[in-house]
Amino acid sequence: MSVDTTLAQVSNVLVYSSMAAYSGALLGYATDLSSRGGRSARAVAAQEKVLVGSGAPVDDAAERPPMAGARSSRAAGIATSLTWLATGLHLAAVLTRGLSASRVPWGNMYEFAVTGSFVVSAVFLGLVVWRRDLRWLGVFSVGPVLLTLGLAVTVLYTESAQLVPALQSPFLVVHVSIAFISSALFTLGFSVHVLQLVQDRRQQARAAGTPPTRGAFMDRLPRAADLEALGYRLVAVSFPLWTFTLVAGAIWAEKAWGRYWGWDPKEVWTFVIWVVYAAYLHARATRGWDGRRATYLAIAGFVCVLLNFGVVNIFFSGEHSYAGIG
Amino acid sequence: MPDDLVASRSDAPRPERDDPALPSLGAIGLLRWAWRQLTSMRTALFLLMLLAIGALPGSVFPQRGVDATQVTRYRAEHPELSPWLDRLGMFDVYSSVWFSAVYLLLFVSLVGCVVPRTRVHLAAMRARPPRPPSRMQRMPAHASFEVEASESEVAEAARELLRGKRYRVDVRGGAVSAERGYLRETGNLLFHVALLGLLVAVALGSLTGYRGQFLLTTGTGFANSLVAYDTFDPGTWVDEGDLPPFQLTLDDLTVAFETDAAGNQFAAPRDFEAAVTVVDEPGADPVERTIRVNQPLPVQGTNVYLQGNGYAPVVTVRDTQGRVVKSGPVVFVPQGRFYESPGVVKVLETEPQVGLQGIFLPTWEMDAERGPVSVFPDALDPRWFFTAWTGDLGLDGGEAQSVYELDTTSMTQLTDDDRTPFAVGLSPGESIDLPDGAGSVTLERIDRFAAFGVRHDPAKGWALGFSVLAIVGLVASLFVPRRRVWVKVSGRGPEAPADGPGAGVIVVEVAALARSEDPRLEAEVAQLTTRLRERLDGTATEPNQEPGE
Ligand code: HEM
Repeated sequence: MSVDTTLAQVSNVLVYSSMAAYSGALLGYATDLSSRGGRSARAVAAQEKVLVGSGAPVDDAAERPPMAGARSSRAAGIATSLTWLATGLHLAAVLTRGLSASRVPWGNMYEFAVTGSFVVSAVFLGLVVWRRDLRWLGVFSVGPVLLTLGLAVTVLYTESAQLVPALQSPFLVVHVSIAFISSALFTLGFSVHVLQLVQDRRQQARAAGTPPTRGAFMDRLPRAADLEALGYRLVAVSFPLWTFTLVAGAIWAEKAWGRYWGWDPKEVWTFVIWVVYAAYLHARATRGWDGRRATYLAIAGFVCVLLNFGVVNIFFSGEHSYAGIG
Repeated sequence: MPDDLVASRSDAPRPERDDPALPSLGAIGLLRWAWRQLTSMRTALFLLMLLAIGALPGSVFPQRGVDATQVTRYRAEHPELSPWLDRLGMFDVYSSVWFSAVYLLLFVSLVGCVVPRTRVHLAAMRARPPRPPSRMQRMPAHASFEVEASESEVAEAARELLRGKRYRVDVRGGAVSAERGYLRETGNLLFHVALLGLLVAVALGSLTGYRGQFLLTTGTGFANSLVAYDTFDPGTWVDEGDLPPFQLTLDDLTVAFETDAAGNQFAAPRDFEAAVTVVDEPGADPVERTIRVNQPLPVQGTNVYLQGNGYAPVVTVRDTQGRVVKSGPVVFVPQGRFYESPGVVKVLETEPQVGLQGIFLPTWEMDAERGPVSVFPDALDPRWFFTAWTGDLGLDGGEAQSVYELDTTSMTQLTDDDRTPFAVGLSPGESIDLPDGAGSVTLERIDRFAAFGVRHDPAKGWALGFSVLAIVGLVASLFVPRRRVWVKVSGRGPEAPADGPGAGVIVVEVAALARSEDPRLEAEVAQLTTRLRERLDGTATEPNQEPGE
């Protein structure tokens, strides 16, 4: 039952180190966004020259490549390297934290926050490996990660310790790890969707002849329609994972508490999140609801994810009350 | 572009042709109109949102179905608001009329949606892929190239290629039509049908299943029958007289709490384990088993869960003559992380009756402000503090009364000589004489009790099965691209000479239409084009175009 306190200390130091590296990365990505020059029209034209034509209507921003940012930027490169470094440190922090108590590092809210934000960062890096031109997402991924870590070390900190009996189950690994990945995708989806709404407004303003005066960096991001498509894909990947989380949670609840569904506040919110995102997917297929309106639903879904973590864990009592906040 | 996507997403009869104006078609027409509204995507969306909003109050207000005592407490704390909340069903959200209405309407809508879609889908799977559009270049993805070949060679090559990519292919008049991704719609229908199945399984489970709870102090036993339960919650279709007759004895209960970590992890529970002896049915051999949290014991089609534990001080009460009037373990229900356990001992045999009201502290300490408190949940230095009452316990009226509370309306509190209330603390092995010759009390030792839950749900396997089907269907529905591809020859090459070498050059057009979310449509056309060209024209006359992948 003993806990290796030295290792737990090491984990804390690693968290702070990774925060430092993330701060550097955030700075780099912000510099990149604010300093990127105008698009090189030639590169775009070259791209369009392929035989495959597109029937999409040309909008005001069509001179942008579908996923902007193909232009390589030194700042973005440095920022991405720093993000790799930070994520590596972050991973080490997560691992040492788990090893210090010989268990998975997600047994209380501090650990949820630390491990969850690590997954966000890892998913972002995964996206960047998949599509290098997604680096513009850096600010909007590293930003939330840093914010979460800040909250974790200041408000949520909990000493490393063993688990309460209800959490001692293989389902802790299955259920929570998938929930992490799913939440990370929802987080990134949310960032993209917010950008989409901003971009959409800017495009509308421009179409109405009143081009926006501030936030010029937005012009270097993809068009609203492309942001919408990316946000959708993130949610579409996440939704089955969330469904799995729900089902695995129900199986676990059946083992631990003798019922697979009991409308415990945490279960209610997991269900509500699922329904809201289901509504979002539906809305996208409903005429009159695609585009902006559907996106509002996805944003509502993420607000529920945040409330589920931030409010339900702490203020609503239920069988899931293991937040470990004093 | 998004409009196109949506319009082409599915050929399901989704009646979102907006006809808000009421058609004047009489009763049948009205019904049909109402049905069409109910089964429209827009209504489904609306009901989904209502479902999400409707589920929320249940996480804000305590629910009878989850924890009835919390509801009682809440009502006592909010006497003004509570009757209104109750009228709105806020304490029974998930069985309230309005919540049920929302999900039942949603599922009716679902049936009304799935049935016609299934019909359409079955027909689509048998139908031939539609003919190529007359203007291929208007399709979302389109490519063309010139090659020296005949129309039938093009058709044959395209057919083989598309077959290899698991398209359904149809060749008509030299033009090739192909479609793939029927699995997407199949998956979507499977998902929705599985949700229906899940609802039915949940309903069946609550109709044919039951749950119950009982407490055992160490060394005592339980025989499964209605009377042995403290609470029993059967489904409508359960025959309460016909429970499986197993028996269970609590031999020992071991507990472990955190001693190392400081802060809020200190004293957190670490392990609970109940050692039990089970007899499956009368006459069967007893077997020894353990039950832990997360590790229920399956017995005779039910599961037995370890749901709680606490202390049962073993108390002996003697009357003035020294006769034993009460002896045995008394369950004290723990509260909070240090297991401060209030409880009462009721002695019915004496005249007047005696009631002892107090609190059991497993590891006690004197707090300067709060008096005696517990500082650790395990029984390291246990002590029981109580006051005493005599009079009428109020149990003769036949009214149900909690065994954990003392009704002191017809009782008087015993006092010491100086008129202050009599209050005392006992450690195991200690005795005390009550004032006014009301007898004596001995704390013999401290036993533990375990709270067990029994659950029988014959439909839970079905619920799991449908959940898995729903996930499988969902994945297919979200990730299988559904698209149509056409290949046709649109004429002779514009620069082909009338005869001689190169006279047979024709223009081949490839076009594709996404019938779902499909970010790889253009890549698919590019790849098809390259491959087709390679097949028709192994020695490429022009440098090959980079494939889209
Ligand atoms: C129990 C409530 C329901 C839930 C939880 C639900 C959930 C979902 C989800 C998550 C999707 C996304 C899958 C995808 O995009 O392929 C979807 C798609 C769909 N749902 Fe439902 N649904 C429900 C009820 C209904 C009802 C009542 C209808 C009929 C009006 C319906 C019709 C559809 C259709 C047509 C699609 C396909 C959309 C597309 O083509 O992309 N659903 N549903």
